[in-house]
Amino acid sequence: MSHPEEQGGSLAGQSRHPAFSRLLGDLRRNPLTLAGALIVAALALVAVVGPVVLTTDPTAQDLPNRLQPPSAAHPLGTDQLGRDVLTRLVYGARLSLGIALAVTAIRVVVGTTVGVVAGYAGGWVDEALMRLVDVQLAFPGLVLALVVAGILGPSLRNVMLALAVVGWATYARVVRATVLSVSEREYVDAARLFGTPPRRIARRHLLPAVLNPVLVLATLNLGTVVLATAGLSFIGLGAQPPTPEWGTMLAGGRDYLRSAWWLVNAPGLAIVLTVLGFNLLGDGLRDALDPHQQSRLEEV
Amino acid sequence: MSGRFGSYILYRLATALVVLAGVSVLTFGLIYLTPGDPAETILIQQTDQHPSQAQIDAFRAEHGLDEPIPIQYLEWLSSALRGDLGQSYYSGRDVAALIVQHVPATLELAAASMLVALAIALPTGVLSAVHRGERLDAASQLAALVGVSMPNFWLGYLLIIVFSLHLSLLPVAGSGGLSHLLLPAVALGTGMAAIVTRLVRTSMLEVLDATYVEVARSKGLSERVVIYKHALRNALLPVVTVVGLQFGFVLNGAVVVEIVFQRPGLGMLLVDAVFARDYPVVQGVVLVGAVAFVVTNVLVDLSYRYLDPRIRLGGVPS
Repeated sequence: MSHPEEQGGSLAGQSRHPAFSRLLGDLRRNPLTLAGALIVAALALVAVVGPVVLTTDPTAQDLPNRLQPPSAAHPLGTDQLGRDVLTRLVYGARLSLGIALAVTAIRVVVGTTVGVVAGYAGGWVDEALMRLVDVQLAFPGLVLALVVAGILGPSLRNVMLALAVVGWATYARVVRATVLSVSEREYVDAARLFGTPPRRIARRHLLPAVLNPVLVLATLNLGTVVLATAGLSFIGLGAQPPTPEWGTMLAGGRDYLRSAWWLVNAPGLAIVLTVLGFNLLGDGLRDALDPHQQSRLEEV
Repeated sequence: MSGRFGSYILYRLATALVVLAGVSVLTFGLIYLTPGDPAETILIQQTDQHPSQAQIDAFRAEHGLDEPIPIQYLEWLSSALRGDLGQSYYSGRDVAALIVQHVPATLELAAASMLVALAIALPTGVLSAVHRGERLDAASQLAALVGVSMPNFWLGYLLIIVFSLHLSLLPVAGSGGLSHLLLPAVALGTGMAAIVTRLVRTSMLEVLDATYVEVARSKGLSERVVIYKHALRNALLPVVTVVGLQFGFVLNGAVVVEIVFQRPGLGMLLVDAVFARDYPVVQGVVLVGAVAFVVTNVLVDLSYRYLDPRIRLGGVPS
C-alpha cells in the first residue's frame, strides 16, 4: 500500500499525482460515480453555454401563448405569463450553480480557517471556537437560514448570506479533528524530529489530509445548497419573480397543478437531477478519497 | 464504570448549558440583523408609511426596545425562563400560547413521517445489508440517494397531483383527520427514509460482521435465525434511538411541507411571523425549536452511549 502523501516530492514524473490518477480509476470503475460526474458536467455546460444559445429573454412575457403544454416550439411548455419554461430552467441552472458555488466557497474558507486555528491553537481558543460551532449546530440549519434571510429581507443575496452563515460549522469540526489526528501521527512526529520546518509539515502532511474530507463535504454541500436555495425561494424568501429561479418557478406553478402540470414538475425534476448529481459524485469521492469517512458528519 | 458514565452525563449537561446560553444570545440578537432600526422597520411594515419619531419612541417604550441591549437581553431571557415569551406585535397574543396552539399539528406530522420513514427504511436497509454488493443493494442505495435529493415541496405537489387531483382519494390541503396527514407524512417521511435506510444498512453490516454473529452461525443456526433474531435486534437499538429523535430534520422539513399542505403548525407560524417581522413570535419559535433540538441531541448522545457498552466504557471525547 502506498500512501502518496507520505512520499517525498522527490518522486517526480509519472507518480506526481498518484491520488489523482487513482481517483480517475475509481471514477471509471464505479458507474454511479461516473453518472454523477456526467450529470454535474452536463449541468455546468448548460449553465455556462445555455444562456448564450437560448437568447430569448427568460422574463419576456407572451400572454397570448400562456400555459401552452409542451410542444416543438416550447419543449417544456410555457408558464402563466407565456414565458418559455425550458429557457427559464436553463437560466435557472446558471443561478443555482452560481449560488451553490459561492455559498460553498464561503463555508469552506470560513470553516477551514476556524478548524485549523482551533486545532493548532488548542487551549481556550479551541474551546471557545468549538462552543461557537456547537451553538451554530444547535439550530436546525434550514430554520435558522430562513429566519436570518427573512430578517435581512427577502432577496437572493440574503439567502446566500444566510446559507453561508449557517453552514461553515461542519467544516470547522471536520478540519479540526483532522488537524488533531494528523499532528499525532508518527510520520509527522518523525518529520518534526528531523527538523522539518512547520510550514513544510503543514504543506506536505496536513494539507492533503484536510483537503480530502473538505472536498467530499463540499461536493455534497453543493447539492444541499441547491436544495436549500430552492426551498427558501419556494417559501418566498429568495429570488423574487420574475427571476428564473427553480424554487420560485415551482412556487409560481402551485395554482396550476391541475391545468399545467409541467410548471411544478419541470423545475422539480431539474432540482432532483442537480442534487442527485452532486450526491452521486460526492459519495464516489468519499469512497475514493476519504475511506475513514471523516466527512460523514451532520448534514445541513 | 457507572462513575465514568456519570461523569460523562455531567460533562454533556455542562456543555449543553453553555450551548443553550449561546443559543439564547443568538436568538435574541436575530432582531438586530434587521436592516436599519428594528422599531422603524417594523412600523413601516405594519402601517405601510413612514412613522414619526414620536411613534417610533412609543413603539420602543411599549416593547422595551428603549433600554440598553444587554438589559433587553436579560429581561427577555428571564421572562423566557419563566415561560413568558412576550406578545405578538400584531395580534397581541401570548407567544407561548401561540406556540402551544401550533405544536400539535407539527408533532403529528413529525410522528407520522417518522413512521413512514421507518416503514420504508427498515426492510430496505436490512435487505440491502443482507444482500451486500448485489444488485438489490445497489438499487436500494440508488433509491435512497434519489430520496435524499428530492425536494420535499416538489414531492408534496407530485403527491397532490396524483392522489388528490387525479385519483381524488385524499384532500389537497388543510388539517384534520388522518386523511389530511397522510400525504404530508409521505412527503416528509421519504427524505427521512433515505437517511434511515443508510443508517440501518451500516448498522446491520457492522452487526453481521460481529463475533457473536459468527458464533451464532458456527453453532449451525440457520441464516434466517441469525439475521432476524441475533443481528437485527442488535442493529436496531442504535437506529431506533437515533431515528426516534431526529428532531432537526423534522423541523427543517416541516417548515416547507406545512406550507405546501397549508398545515397550521410551527413551520407555518414561523414563516408567517418572519414575513410580518413579528419578532417576538420568531424568537419564541426559534428558541423553542433550538432548545428542543439541543435537548434531544443530548438524549440521543446519552442513550446511545448507554446502549453501547463499548462506548459506555470509553472516556470522555474531546
